[in-house]
Amino acid sequence: MTSTQRIGLTVNGAPVEAEVEPRTLLVQFLREQLQLTGTHVGCDTSNCGACTLLIDGEPVKSCTVLAVQAAGGEVTTVEGLANGSEMTPVQEGFRQEHGLQCGFCTPGMLMCSSALLAERPDPTPDEIRDYLDGCMCRCTGYQMIVEAVSWAAAHSTTGDEQ
Amino acid sequence: MSLVGARVVRKEDPALLTGKGRFTEDLAATGTAVMRYVLSPHAHARIVSFATDAAAAMPGVIAVHTAGDFGDYPDLPGPEPAARPVLARGRVRFHGEPVAVILARDAAAAADAVDAVEVTYEVLPAHVTIEQSLAEGAMPIHDALPANTLMDAPPADDIDEELATAPHRARLSLVNNRCSPAPIENMSVIADWTSDDLVVHASIQAPHHLRNYLTTWLGIPQTRCRIVAPDVGGGFGSKIQWYPELFIAPLLSRWHGVRVQSMLTRSEALALMAHGRAQHHDVEVGFEDDGNITALKLLVQQDLGGYADVTGAGLPVLTTWMAAGCYQIPHVATGFRHVLTNTSPVSSYRGAGRPEASYTIERVVDLVADRTGLDPAEVRLRNFIPTDAFPYQQNTNEAVIYDSGDFPKALRTLLKLMDYEKLRSEQQTRRDDPTAPLLGIGLSCWLEIAGFGPNGSLEAFGHIGSWESINLRVLPDGTAMIATGSSPHGQGHETVLSQIAADVLGIPYDNIIVRHGDTATVQQGTGTFGSRSISTAGVGVQSAATSMLARAKAIAGHLLEASPDDLEVVDGVFAVRGSPDTNISWAHVATASFQPLELPEGMTPGSLEEQVFQESPNFTYPSGAYSCVVEVDPQTGAVTVRDYFAVDDCGTVINPMIAEGQVQGGIAQGIAQALYEEVRYDEDGRLLTATLEDYLVPTAPDIPQLTTARVNTPTPNNSLGAKGIGESGAVGAPPAVVNAVIDALSHLGIEHVDMPLTPERIWSVMRKAEATG
Repeated sequence: MTSTQRIGLTVNGAPVEAEVEPRTLLVQFLREQLQLTGTHVGCDTSNCGACTLLIDGEPVKSCTVLAVQAAGGEVTTVEGLANGSEMTPVQEGFRQEHGLQCGFCTPGMLMCSSALLAERPDPTPDEIRDYLDGCMCRCTGYQMIVEAVSWAAAHSTTGDEQ
Repeated sequence: MSLVGARVVRKEDPALLTGKGRFTEDLAATGTAVMRYVLSPHAHARIVSFATDAAAAMPGVIAVHTAGDFGDYPDLPGPEPAARPVLARGRVRFHGEPVAVILARDAAAAADAVDAVEVTYEVLPAHVTIEQSLAEGAMPIHDALPANTLMDAPPADDIDEELATAPHRARLSLVNNRCSPAPIENMSVIADWTSDDLVVHASIQAPHHLRNYLTTWLGIPQTRCRIVAPDVGGGFGSKIQWYPELFIAPLLSRWHGVRVQSMLTRSEALALMAHGRAQHHDVEVGFEDDGNITALKLLVQQDLGGYADVTGAGLPVLTTWMAAGCYQIPHVATGFRHVLTNTSPVSSYRGAGRPEASYTIERVVDLVADRTGLDPAEVRLRNFIPTDAFPYQQNTNEAVIYDSGDFPKALRTLLKLMDYEKLRSEQQTRRDDPTAPLLGIGLSCWLEIAGFGPNGSLEAFGHIGSWESINLRVLPDGTAMIATGSSPHGQGHETVLSQIAADVLGIPYDNIIVRHGDTATVQQGTGTFGSRSISTAGVGVQSAATSMLARAKAIAGHLLEASPDDLEVVDGVFAVRGSPDTNISWAHVATASFQPLELPEGMTPGSLEEQVFQESPNFTYPSGAYSCVVEVDPQTGAVTVRDYFAVDDCGTVINPMIAEGQVQGGIAQGIAQALYEEVRYDEDGRLLTATLEDYLVPTAPDIPQLTTARVNTPTPNNSLGAKGIGESGAVGAPPAVVNAVIDALSHLGIEHVDMPLTPERIWSVMRKAEATG
């Protein structure tokens, strides 16, 4: 049970090699071994979505992925969105439209929203709501999150990689 | 340009948006030990014995402790007859109550050790409901309370005569369903007592309040204890309670010489963090043919859970105070009773006693409308307190004096916003088509009590005072720092307090920083709850900044050889009005404030610092008019919120974007209480809604688009005219939703259905009504 496995993966564009126990969740690995604490844990049944990040561009709940399952993959966390101090349109949209209050669900919301806009650059409010239905927010009531994503869609240059 | 009233984006956001937030869980340094509870599987049982040796011997386990190890310490702070020990002592009184605590090197070792602890119980009858606790011969849950009642406060006024002689009478029994505040960040604590100074980081709403109680409990000086609330992932009133881990973690750290973290899982949090609401109401109303309400009698039973929480005990007091809502009712009588049950302790949840009041009075008004055949809007207009009657002494309690409001204007604004007449036409058309989903329109003209509070109000809840602290300083470079005892967890206080200060001081908004949450930085504070922060901290900033500006002008005048009265300050520069070339920067003034040779006669160095303990002179009374439009599927009972309209009156708005965010968040929780959320126990008192699979916190598709508007009647009770808004949505929304659903079903003669209005409940009540014709 305490034996480890060596994995290699890319995290926010940088190669990472690490020893992990097979039972270690991806979110635990990122938070505890890589000190990337931006990804949060809010539940134990995969409901809340605070742990959402991207693996190979797909939104994934990292509480329900083992670190070893992410081996060989490209993991993007909230820390990997901004380019230095330049936030992405999704991040800026959340700021402009007050899409966050306490900020705890925000990393998951940002990652899921980023995946949505990569897939569908001009979603309707209903499409945004449906896409985000795996991410819980207790503070905002969601409307300003939808407006934030719409802002981002309107302010993204077509073809930009987010 | 005035920043107060402006839509300013938040200072708090850049860190939170880039993964640089620092929540309690993010701060656990390597080597921090982990504490986990062993939880009771029974709702009510005697603890016969423990077998902890096996767990203690497991790899990575540092210690296993039970109640006996805390014998030198008192029970947790709380009403004594139903006080709670740190760990269950001899008896468990709710499902999930911690009976032992494991301390281990890491989370995995702790979790494994929890499973290895064996506890032998003698199961006792569980009182899951108020009725069971009050039944003849029911076993006392606490020996000191043989009737399972903490406080029984029957109505002081007898209005049975007025009820009996009213032309019409109606009664209603309503349940205000038990909810879980469920902030996305669960309760978390890190205690470090590895040196002589105890440092506690915790996800809490009131750090100084914790320091006051924790140091007393531990028997240590306040000077040796630092409490830090870092970034806090939501609270909604569930992070001001005396959770045992706040007290246990420091002791474990001390005893075992390690830093200790406690991070509740969601399953643990749903059982262990405070539940909210859980009131039963019996209400009687007397009214006339024209819908005028003449008499109202409300009896509240507050389920406190297995242990009494001081805030929980205060909830029904506030409920009775607000029982008459926006209405002028000649005869009102209210009473309440606290009942202990074998369930999780109940305490504050957004609105804390006021959603319960607004729910009942708004259901009553709709009942009156239904019985008289009058339009529900018309009944409200006939009963509203007139706009020229403020300040209005409500006859629920002498402390309740409504400050200002314009209820008819809010309602009329709402009716226009939603095009009420058109919706009623649509409803009528639908009723003629048996295949169409049923349309329901519900109104909620609500009022609540906020701005906690005037001196004495919070002391009743165990706080040291009711003020909020503001320490304002300007540094030599002309930047300003506000240290406040306010402890925000999403409300944007860094932004709004900077807006207020910038307007008064003329220091650019970006040059103002707000510090909060750390007892080492902020000397004293009260905390953030009860929609109090603008009334107290906001007003405090305005007051402190005004005093400071006067001194700054005295220095500037001295340096410019001009009269301070002739100076104005804009964008960080003091200038003589009309002679802009005669000017001096805030930085220059601030530097001079530390230079004795530069100061006017009689002024001492360091004088650009203000410390204010700002009381809210009186409660404030935000109000509003909401409407919910629902569709009910007659085949499945499913309720869809098609439209939601909200008109809010919170007086002066500091930042409309932030105010709107508070309203929308509160409305979402209110809709959730009405339709989705309910904490449920089985007949043995086992918690059924133990994960988010079963406790239905809504997600984005479940909450409708909101259409909002504003009415503004400033409060005369503080210099900003601001009433507060944080809890308004949760107060106003549930009755709007329920009234809408009842309206949709009214043709079946259905007068009431309790929340949450699940499809099963609606389906059942419809089939039953159809069967009985």
